[in-house]
Amino acid sequence: MSLDVMIVDDSAAIRKILQRVLIQADVPIGKVVEAGDGQDALEKLKTVTVGLILSDINMPNMDGLQLLAALKSQESTKGVPVIMVTTEGSSNKVMEAVSLGAAGYVRKPFTAEQIKEKLAGII
Amino acid sequence: MTHDQLVSLVRQSTREVFGTMLGIELVDHEPSVGDGVPAPNTGVVALVGLAGAWAGSGTFSCSAEMAQKISGQLLMMEFSAVDADVLDAIGEITNMVLGNVKTSLEEVLGPMGLSIPTVIYGRNFTTRSVGKSNWTVVPFECLGERVEVHICLAPSNERQRSLSAKDHAAAVLTMAE
Repeated sequence: MSLDVMIVDDSAAIRKILQRVLIQADVPIGKVVEAGDGQDALEKLKTVTVGLILSDINMPNMDGLQLLAALKSQESTKGVPVIMVTTEGSSNKVMEAVSLGAAGYVRKPFTAEQIKEKLAGII
Repeated sequence: MTHDQLVSLVRQSTREVFGTMLGIELVDHEPSVGDGVPAPNTGVVALVGLAGAWAGSGTFSCSAEMAQKISGQLLMMEFSAVDADVLDAIGEITNMVLGNVKTSLEEVLGPMGLSIPTVIYGRNFTTRSVGKSNWTVVPFECLGERVEVHICLAPSNERQRSLSAKDHAAAVLTMAE
């Protein structure tokens, strides 16, 4: 069964790389929905359903932690696992993400193997 | 935070980003200190602002040709010009390099904010910093060419605290042409 995925990052380069990494990690991907920031992601999630979200933290308009809080407060999205993929590596940011309900945290730069390991416990 | 400590953090972060994301091994060149914003005045320059108890800016700079090569390695495709994808890729590399420097700095200096990268491509542009701190210049050899990471960091005063990281980044570079 394939998994529909949303990738949220203000960098188109990172969105492309993550899509490639998911394929390298043998994740059975279905549809991939891209969003440039948290606001864009929430808007798109009004019309699409996904089974996994990979999100950056440091983004314009609405950052990844604000997005995470919004997702966990909505009935339709609170069960969707969210993995933060970010340069924000400080312990307070990691703890904030975990306390908001992040399913995982991957620091940039990342390898395909790191993403695969993180996904293994989730999907 | 000393010049030598900054050089060490920048080298470690830049090597890690280039090694992991691009499969490129960098060669260290001799670092230096400058009192202006010692960035090249042509090519691609990406800059981010740092804010917190200590504040400043950081840049990554390289030639247009190198920016295309780096973006090609990152995205596994060829670029024949500096287009939006190249600028985006260089911005993201800069975000990773200086984001990881920021994470290391936070262990010593406390929480810091990092702005969204601004990337500039052009010729004959001039640079100016609103601050008076020295810039640490950390050059590398990358695929036979020179690339540079510059960082300027100083304890915040009240005026600097009033500037957001984004404002700080925007204030550092002005285009002449």
